[in-house]
Amino acid sequence: MHRFANPGRFLRLADAILPWVCGATVLSFAVGLYWALFASPADYQQGETVRIMYLHVPSAWMSLFVYIVIALAGASSLIWRHPLADVAAKSAAPIGASFAFLTLVTGSLWGKPMWGTWWVWDARLTSMLVLFFLYLGHMALMHAFEDQTRGYRAAAILALVGVINIPIIKFSVDWWSTLHQPASVIRLDGPTIDPSMLWPLLVMVLAFKLFFVTLLLVRMKSELLAARIRALSLAAVRTA
Amino acid sequence: MSLSQVITRDLRLALRQKSDAATVVLFFVLTAALFPFAIGPEAEILIRIAPGVIWVTALLSVLLSLDRLFMADYEDGTLELMILKPLPLELTVFGKVVAHWLISGLPLIVACPLIGLLYGLPLEGLGVLLLALVLGTASLSLIGAIGAALTLGARRGGVLLPLLVLPINIPILIFGVAASDSGLSGDPVKGPLMILGAVLLGMLFLAPLAAAAALRQAME
Repeated sequence: MHRFANPGRFLRLADAILPWVCGATVLSFAVGLYWALFASPADYQQGETVRIMYLHVPSAWMSLFVYIVIALAGASSLIWRHPLADVAAKSAAPIGASFAFLTLVTGSLWGKPMWGTWWVWDARLTSMLVLFFLYLGHMALMHAFEDQTRGYRAAAILALVGVINIPIIKFSVDWWSTLHQPASVIRLDGPTIDPSMLWPLLVMVLAFKLFFVTLLLVRMKSELLAARIRALSLAAVRTA
Repeated sequence: MSLSQVITRDLRLALRQKSDAATVVLFFVLTAALFPFAIGPEAEILIRIAPGVIWVTALLSVLLSLDRLFMADYEDGTLELMILKPLPLELTVFGKVVAHWLISGLPLIVACPLIGLLYGLPLEGLGVLLLALVLGTASLSLIGAIGAALTLGARRGGVLLPLLVLPINIPILIFGVAASDSGLSGDPVKGPLMILGAVLLGMLFLAPLAAAAALRQAME
């Protein structure tokens, strides 16, 4: 991992793998979207609105996954002072927040025809809303300091505190109220969702994951390049 | 400087400026007294919403007093010496949180029966409500210390602090209100109270650690 502490080496690696990841993202989205939106069957109860699920579920999983990525990046930033970990956390946070927002919006669009209301104070909706707020707090703290390093460190500590608290928040909100359907994919006795819907869903999950990697690489690259431009223009001012 | 000296120093500082602690209690009572104006004076509704109102206003009052926690020491450089002294910074943070709770958490609990009186709460449930508030406000002070340490020296730190702290406080609000509601209606209260205690124990360990780490990087 410390081999890639050198931004130049990381940039070369990112440039090498980016076209491949990007191509795989486009391909898996093409397959997944066609399968999910046209080729998969409509639900016998929910009708065509079930297709919202193919966007909703992957973005919900990704919003949790990205928070864990940010917390791990925060840990390696605090423990090893790994310079790229800070850049990764800064680049990943808006992506994760967007996934959380997308989850809330798609869930709301699905809830209107199904439950007859845009919003209910249900446990899963509420915990996703709290996760969205945690993202916003993380991003606000990251940008709240004159000194960027200070923002990195503070946001890293906050991400670690948040990741310990997410299970507590989840548990408390579940205890408080629940109306959402129970998990139907990850269960001890195997998925209860039909294979004709499970497979397109899994392809979409893969597509979202690849999409995240693509976006993360692009954002990290531009972050590093922006830092280099800042350094160069400062140096130009000094020599002038 | 030992742990008890940290606590007594902060307490003496607060007692010299009595208005600070009094303002928090005043805010608590005033905000709680606003709700009947907004919702209406019907007795059943007021009894129904009283535990929720008390908890939300207590949460906001604790939040209000948080930015003072490390700010004065940060500005006059005392914090730098606190990091350098032999007492671990984690223990110093713990001492400051204890003092903060005694100054701004405990007065809220003392003022709580007054609000109970205004809302016509029956006396039977009051004990559980106060016990839950003791456990809950202590956790709120501990979590708040993390937020206060993280936002030291930030632009618009005062606005940022609630954004960081409020989402993490939600479990305390949920179980605090659950315990208080059950206490008022005579249901078993052991479950939510034990969870509040568990959160407090967890925070007693985690919060000084995280807040001390945040203070160290704030002084770097």
